[in-house]
Amino acid sequence: MIAVRSLAHRYGAAEALRLSEWKVAQGERWLVLGRSGSGKTTLLHVIAGLIRPTEGEVEVAGENLCRLEGARLDRWRATSVGIVLQALHLVKHLSVRDNLRLAQYLAKAPQDDKRIDDTLGALGVGAKSSRRPSELSQGEQQRVAIARAVVNRPKLVLADEPTANLDDAAAATVVELLTEQAGRQGATLVVATHDARVKGKFRERLEL
Amino acid sequence: MNLATLSASYLRARPLNTALSVILLALGVGTIVLLLLVVGQAEERMHRDARGVDLVVGAKGSPMQLMLAGIYHLDAPTGNIPLSTVALLSKNRMVKRAMPLALGDSWKGHRIVGAGKEYPDHYGAELRDGRFYQKPMEAVLGYEVAQRTGVGVGATFKGAHGIGSDPGDEHEDSYTVVGVLAKSGSVVDRLVLTSIESVWQVHEQHQGPQDDADRKALEEAREVTVVLVQYASPLAAATLPRQINSQSELQAASPAYETARLFRIVGVGIEALRGFAAVLILAAGLSVFIALYTALEERRYELAVMRTLGASPGKLFGLLIGEAFVLSLLGVILGLVLGHGLAAALGAWLESQQQYPVTGLEWRPEELWVAGTALGVGVIAALVPAWRAYRTDVSRTLARG
Repeated sequence: MIAVRSLAHRYGAAEALRLSEWKVAQGERWLVLGRSGSGKTTLLHVIAGLIRPTEGEVEVAGENLCRLEGARLDRWRATSVGIVLQALHLVKHLSVRDNLRLAQYLAKAPQDDKRIDDTLGALGVGAKSSRRPSELSQGEQQRVAIARAVVNRPKLVLADEPTANLDDAAAATVVELLTEQAGRQGATLVVATHDARVKGKFRERLEL
Repeated sequence: MNLATLSASYLRARPLNTALSVILLALGVGTIVLLLLVVGQAEERMHRDARGVDLVVGAKGSPMQLMLAGIYHLDAPTGNIPLSTVALLSKNRMVKRAMPLALGDSWKGHRIVGAGKEYPDHYGAELRDGRFYQKPMEAVLGYEVAQRTGVGVGATFKGAHGIGSDPGDEHEDSYTVVGVLAKSGSVVDRLVLTSIESVWQVHEQHQGPQDDADRKALEEAREVTVVLVQYASPLAAATLPRQINSQSELQAASPAYETARLFRIVGVGIEALRGFAAVLILAAGLSVFIALYTALEERRYELAVMRTLGASPGKLFGLLIGEAFVLSLLGVILGLVLGHGLAAALGAWLESQQQYPVTGLEWRPEELWVAGTALGVGVIAALVPAWRAYRTDVSRTLARG
């Protein structure tokens, strides 16, 4: 599913990430650990095709990301990867339902209200579908963000510090929902975090 | 969901910014559309009313006044000229037709024009009711006169001395309405027509002829106000006006030349208004630019998130252009409604003042051009913000957040 070889990325002269080899099989659940500044976010962005690494080979979901260009890379990301971010970044002026519909629209997938309602329902926020993100609690917003990441049934779900702003109960729920959602559609899950509360829940770990 | 609904939903979330851009654009477009309608309609009407009249001959004075009084019935006449002038002009080989008009009185603000049947015929005005006048003191009402006064065939009225807003005393003789004209879209619609003899009769009674000698003297002193002349050949334009102007009592005014002069004078004001409207449209463009550009800072996460969801940079470019397009389209639509609404309001007011009519229910081809330009200005204003959105560095933006 993911194969990384002799990867390095630098911002200017400063090295942000070095990883000699990392292999992830389809359906596995990984935790990427490390202090802040250790390159967790950079690694996630490389895997998501948001940045091109300075060195190395990256193969994700059958595509060599170094060879995908422009619009094809965007298309690939839209259909293959679901991303949950640390800060929530739901689109403020769109309702919860329209945030999910946006993901379908941008992936050029059919705009399927039933799929949206099912996904929101599975994450326990089905009743909030016509609300604006600002009317939701942090925990609810994170559930909507997860729903938006999985609505297109991606093969790979990436989460960057998904529990950072949540209390213990909400953090536990989010991890549970992420693994459950990824498991339900057989997606690979990679969570980057430095949150000690999450560590116990994953078998596969990568220390940066 | 599509680009248009996505753009619209963003604009709805910022009602004040949206309203400012839309209103500025609407004011600019509205002003230009109003000018187009009013100036265009006035020019058209003035040309229609002056069609077939090559020269207005009347008493000495201002040639523009002579034209305004003789053709458009908007100004006071310069004075009267001897009836013999008509025969003199008719006999001239350079003259195809000479139509004498006798002016001076009005009824409820509508001018009473003494003229032959050739005068309404010239404007293609046909009878809607009754018949044409045959005897003195019979009158035919123009379409608008009948509409406004509600008077029809069989009614009688007395003319008042003088024209304009403050007429003098009423004359003693009553006119009888024998006919009403159908709408012709020309100056005749606003006039009360009667025979030239009626006008003479009304005025001569002030003095009252005592005997035959007196009557003869009166008849010799008979006058008309203007003569509308149509040339027999274009060559007449070179000599006839000079010939007429060299006579001490007469003056010839060319409607083509005088209307051109009038529009040159009024044109300065029109150009100033047009420039003002252009400034408004540019200001609207600037406001679109500022609204989109300043919002970029707070939207950069939103735009980066759209990239993580698979939006291409081109999609973000299109999104901002789409927002500017929706704004401009709203402004243009509102501006067209505003321009036509103001023209209709102005038309209603002018009608109450018995001036040239203006309608808002008419489209001019130039409006398409104005709409296109305003849309273009809005979209061009969005190019720089759209380019910045296109260049969004997703990874760096997200890493900062």
